[in-house]
Amino acid sequence: MAELYYRHTLAVRVMHWINVVALTILFMSGLMIFNAHPRLYWGKSSYTGRPPILEIGARESPESGVIGYTTIFGREFRTTGVLGLSTEPTGRVAARAFPSWLTIPDFQWLSMARAWHFFFAWILVINGLCYIVYSIWSRHLRRDLIPTRAQLAKIGQSIKDHLLFRHEAGEAATRYNVLQKLAYLIVIFVLLPLVILMGLAMSPRIDTLFTGWVDLFGGRQSARTIHFVAAWLIVAFVLIHVFQVIVTGLWNNLRSMITGRYRIPPERSHE
Amino acid sequence: MNDVAMKSRRRFLTRLAAGAGTLLLAGCERLSESSWFPKVLSAGERLSHAAQSLVTGRKAMAQEFSEADLSPTFRSNGTAEPDSEAYAALAAKGFADYRLDVGGLVGAPRSFSLADLRALDSRTQITRHDCVEGWSAIGKWKGAKLSALLDVVKAKPEARYVVFYCADPMSEDGKDLYYESIDMDDAWHAQTILAYELNGEALPVKNGAPLRLRVERQLGYKHAKYVMRIELVESFAHIAGGNGGYWEDQGYQWYAGI
Repeated sequence: MAELYYRHTLAVRVMHWINVVALTILFMSGLMIFNAHPRLYWGKSSYTGRPPILEIGARESPESGVIGYTTIFGREFRTTGVLGLSTEPTGRVAARAFPSWLTIPDFQWLSMARAWHFFFAWILVINGLCYIVYSIWSRHLRRDLIPTRAQLAKIGQSIKDHLLFRHEAGEAATRYNVLQKLAYLIVIFVLLPLVILMGLAMSPRIDTLFTGWVDLFGGRQSARTIHFVAAWLIVAFVLIHVFQVIVTGLWNNLRSMITGRYRIPPERSHE
Repeated sequence: MNDVAMKSRRRFLTRLAAGAGTLLLAGCERLSESSWFPKVLSAGERLSHAAQSLVTGRKAMAQEFSEADLSPTFRSNGTAEPDSEAYAALAAKGFADYRLDVGGLVGAPRSFSLADLRALDSRTQITRHDCVEGWSAIGKWKGAKLSALLDVVKAKPEARYVVFYCADPMSEDGKDLYYESIDMDDAWHAQTILAYELNGEALPVKNGAPLRLRVERQLGYKHAKYVMRIELVESFAHIAGGNGGYWEDQGYQWYAGI
């Protein structure tokens, strides 16, 4: 039996799983809110004389009846079945931007989506503030997340290892690798603060904080677009994160995030 | 690991993910439909209201824009023309017979003609209208300051909310009329006006003629159109559905600052 190493403190584990729940609900209720007006713009308002940069909708097509479409920077893609037009759990084919299996609630219900979204936004913010304070105070940030000089110097090797699916073993596996550290730092200190800030930029009340601060991000509708893109970048991170969790040992990783105990993979023997 | 084991493991994981997803969705659905869970969620609204008021201050001003930022046409949403004979009769005469009744917790209740309203201290502002759906439009509004009107009717100190009763019926039978309410911080706010002009012209019917509320630090549905009567109250629990507005009675947040 390989030895179990105490990898994640209770605080980190609890905050991690709170994030899983909050981010999932925020993402899905956010897509429901987006569905209420499935267009994204760049600028201070939606009606500037310029067309939207992204639009998801349903329309009549001469050849194939009603189709779902997604237009990005003026280029239209047919997305029937998923975006613009999809089947709801009741069996009804509905004109809706994101399909019901991606939204909370599953049918068009804006007020309820907003209630979910803003409740879990507070959970995310409070959890995030606790995390920042904890990780500085407990030295989790310094000890586990900031890459060492030695790691940064060998970043090329780490990229190569990732591409070849070579994973750390032995003593090296007790630490996060440099790409992992950078990914976590970007999510914690760039993407999550950005998505929250851009959410707040959409608030007509928070806009009053300093006159014109929202214009630093291109205006309120630009903030909405950045909020949307940042949310999808977080999803992209989650997909890669879950992929890495699976390929580096699903149960071992899961156990370490539940009980804290991580089995150190043995050093590769030379074959 | 051999191929078969790999495939069965992959299938298992896919099923696990799909199963978890279905459970999550079904669970959220049941919670949304329950009587208790939406009350828990509404803590988010109360927290946002308290935090946003605290952080920005009661008198903070909404951003104002330049003529260059004006939207080419100001979009109409919700009611574009109230489906009511009384309103149609008023509109046919160019709102010459229009009267705004102001009552409730006031020392001097009275009714105002459009000329009376135009004689009140006015404000012109180019502001952004943020709809709850997600879009925004920028328009130039001119109207009577609500604070000036509250001075004229001598608002009583016990008044906590200002309720706006509108001309537009929201149901087929014509009984559910649109209404809205705001608190006294917003009522006395410098940018809160009863607008009678949009982009330099008389307010069009589609945007709420002859008079609509502008409450610039909140979302569009708070900006009641076709305002016919104003009442100052201590509580709105007894009015219509008791939630302080037509959309609030349908489940929307009373505090629409985000």
